[in-house]
Amino acid sequence: MTNSPSTAPLLDVRNLSVQFTTRGGTVTVLDDISFTLERGERISFVGESGCGKSMTALALMGLLPAMGRVSGGQVLFKGEDLTTASPARLRRLRGNEISMIFQEPMTSLNPVFTIGQQISEVLRLHRGVDNAEARDRSVELLQAVRIPDAAARVDDYPHQLSGGQRQRVMIAIALACEPEILIADEPTTALDVTVQAEIFALLRDLGAKLDTAIILITHDMGAVAQMSERMLVMYAGRRVEEGQVANVIKAPAHPYTRGLIACVPHITSDVDALVDTLPEIDGIVPPITRFGRDECLFAPRCAKAADECWSAKPQQSDIAGHSSHSVSCWHPFGTEGSR
Amino acid sequence: MSDKLALDVQNLSVSFPMRGRGADGRRRALLAVDNVNFLIARGKTLGIVGESGSGKTTAAMAVARLVPKLAGNITIDGIDFGTLDNEALRQARQRIQIIFQDPYSSLNPRLRAGEIVREPLVYAGETSRAEQDRIIDELFEAVGLRPEQKALFPHQFSGGQRQRIGIARALSTRPSLIICDEPVSALDVAVQAQILNLLKSLQGQFGLTYLFISHDLGVVQHMCDDIAVMYMGQFMEYADRKSFFAAPRHPYSQALLDAVPTIDIGAQPTGGKLVDGEIPDLTLPQTGCRFASRCPHARDVCNGGVPQLQDWPGSTGHRLACHLTGTFATS
Amino acid sequence: MKPAADSAPRRGAEIVDKAQHPLREMVVMFLANRAAMVASIVLSIVVLAAIFGPMLHPVDPFEMVWAPFTPPGQEGFVLGTDYLGRDMLAALLNGGRVSLTIGLVAALMSVFIGISFGALAGFYRGLVEEVLMRITEFFQVLPTLLFSMVIVALFGASLEVVTIAIGVVSWTAVARITRAEFLRIRELEYVTASRAAGASNVTLMTRVILPNALPPIIVQAALMVGSAILFEAGLAFLGLSDPNVVSWGQIIGSNRPYILDAGFTVTIPGLAIFVTVLSISLIGDGLNDALNPKLRAR
Repeated sequence: MTNSPSTAPLLDVRNLSVQFTTRGGTVTVLDDISFTLERGERISFVGESGCGKSMTALALMGLLPAMGRVSGGQVLFKGEDLTTASPARLRRLRGNEISMIFQEPMTSLNPVFTIGQQISEVLRLHRGVDNAEARDRSVELLQAVRIPDAAARVDDYPHQLSGGQRQRVMIAIALACEPEILIADEPTTALDVTVQAEIFALLRDLGAKLDTAIILITHDMGAVAQMSERMLVMYAGRRVEEGQVANVIKAPAHPYTRGLIACVPHITSDVDALVDTLPEIDGIVPPITRFGRDECLFAPRCAKAADECWSAKPQQSDIAGHSSHSVSCWHPFGTEGSR
Repeated sequence: MSDKLALDVQNLSVSFPMRGRGADGRRRALLAVDNVNFLIARGKTLGIVGESGSGKTTAAMAVARLVPKLAGNITIDGIDFGTLDNEALRQARQRIQIIFQDPYSSLNPRLRAGEIVREPLVYAGETSRAEQDRIIDELFEAVGLRPEQKALFPHQFSGGQRQRIGIARALSTRPSLIICDEPVSALDVAVQAQILNLLKSLQGQFGLTYLFISHDLGVVQHMCDDIAVMYMGQFMEYADRKSFFAAPRHPYSQALLDAVPTIDIGAQPTGGKLVDGEIPDLTLPQTGCRFASRCPHARDVCNGGVPQLQDWPGSTGHRLACHLTGTFATS
Repeated sequence: MKPAADSAPRRGAEIVDKAQHPLREMVVMFLANRAAMVASIVLSIVVLAAIFGPMLHPVDPFEMVWAPFTPPGQEGFVLGTDYLGRDMLAALLNGGRVSLTIGLVAALMSVFIGISFGALAGFYRGLVEEVLMRITEFFQVLPTLLFSMVIVALFGASLEVVTIAIGVVSWTAVARITRAEFLRIRELEYVTASRAAGASNVTLMTRVILPNALPPIIVQAALMVGSAILFEAGLAFLGLSDPNVVSWGQIIGSNRPYILDAGFTVTIPGLAIFVTVLSISLIGDGLNDALNPKLRAR
């Protein structure tokens, strides 16, 4: 464990808040997010769409949309605060020390350049290698992401590849400079399940080989269980639960986490044990204009909601007996499977 | 016997014309659905599972006569739906309704929610305006929408609510068959459960028959009585739910199930188990098993002849199309 | 456990409740566009002047009333007189009526032909599309001015023939836009839903697809009114318009030889055309912004 106080973590996000300025006023889309990431560690951000998972990633990369700004907190990458870093500094970091892959492999690649050119571009930009070397490296990278016959495929255009192969190329580009952090934003949502399994295996292997920390953004608890050691559950721009994946999935403390795990039909070989009705989480994520209020934003959908949930934002508290498992809830579930 | 059947599909094939001519000089055509057969008893659900490009949606749309079929018989409620034409077909369309994947593009943005549900009734032309109003009110309640929401336009609803409107529309003519084409895959996780539960409770309430198209095995397991696994236009395996999930027999079904990430921490998915082979060209005549090029158990025999759906030895109704039936080591 | 049907959102989860017609949003959007609003006011003045002007100023524009080339403001002639001593104000007001009418009717005609061709081609595809689009392309590559001159020369320079000539050469843009919209919308699932519900082809085309295809067509139609006015002015300038009615282009054309001696006889109708056409295209732009859903999203 790299929790010794003397060494600073690779990434230390402290009380990060992001606000959007819209015609209707200012809204808090990220509210007091804190987490740390160690070298080579794998973490997942989980939640429904519109809960701030992708926004957190964009804030780390300095890629917030024009109407957004960091309104508080710090993003310490190897001790350097990225929220105050210059645009030039951020550009040097992006694609080099922190890189990202996206959901849609169809539109993330430029259709008019070969995949070899697109990988080489990153290498030339950040590593200053010459053309011949960039090409050799591109072939190696394509081999690393298990594209068959890489030496020939390096001159292919994106449309000549399948969806899964394009996502592999995106991974090759993202890993070209051996980044310290890879952010994968729903990287397999557009892909078939057999392809997804291959991409996950690839990410795990390459992450371990390069000692790259991986932040996986997903809504799929199965993906979390397969891909990550730690998880951070987000709801309406807030962190509601964080901990080791094994602990959280076995004994989710927040009603939202519990609902997310239970509402998905999980495959079993014994179908007689299945229930007819899935447990539901009522309603939908609140509109962004309600974010940031001093109340539990999950209360309208929560079966345990009581008066205090409506009157104040719950504070984060550690769960006894489980290191680094914390929850922000007025009425968390107990750790020993109590109902 | 036959009055218990809602849908009977025999030897259904669909092909799409392609540009150019093949080596034999004939016009090239892509065989998207190749000779599939299935039955659904009234009040039951058949799930067709497959990956993108497997032809599962095309097969369903051909059943609804929304894409032209190359061959095959489609019998709904004992009526030969597959051969109807023009006005007779238009009239009979109310027997099949569809719930679509995308709750955004499946509702006409210029119609109010109530009018969207009314539309099929108007085309069917058998109900008075007052009767239609009564049906609409009843359906809005059944799918969990408030009556005053009838006056709203689609853009004023959330994705899940839009899907409820789509479901109400599909129910309006009391169809014999409802095709659910990936009805929850565009929805947020929490909303998926709401819609799946709704579909199930409506099935109990109205005795609905579903043809359920999905790529998500978990959803199919939850929803369906029978399961057909489709690959490259053909059924690879066809069995009842219990038998299928207890022991999937076809190498492709096994690969699909293995690839689904589970929340059991210990169980790592066996990704990469499939062979990264050539995908067969569906414009060419078939010479062997379509799955052979990606099958981890493939042998020479797999490329000799087209495997037919056959009962697994010792079972009735658990059928698979595999030359190697039972002769490979199961994991 | 309760069935799913009961899971209507609870407290605070639902906010929108008023029935908002999509059109209302567009109107709000249009009203917020300052250039388009000013243009609408200007155009309204022009239209009102063309309708009521000749009644309030009942002077025959063909009658010689004073000495030629009386400058504006003198002898009681607000806009002066032309080379034959005719009242320019009367000519401008009457000419506005003709120019605007030709613009409107020609644009409507283009829209009608264009929608018919585009809708059938986009809906039926295949052979129908091939034939209709080849015809459209044929009209598109014709030199428009020359073709309309031929029509006018063949059938005589009456107001009707001029209007038809303009309509016939300018519908192709509408046809192409309509076809593109139909091709896009026919693939959307709500059209499939209507088809699956038993809608006939005519219903699908006219009631389901067309209303959703209208926004860009409306914008194009608005712009076409302006270009039809310009086109008529061009024909009239060349002396190819109806000699028995006065239009803005015709005023310019007939006073052309005296442009250096009495510039106002040409600039005043020129300015009228300029202001009208500019207003129309600003309104067209405003409509485009208001109707274009991509712009509306952000």
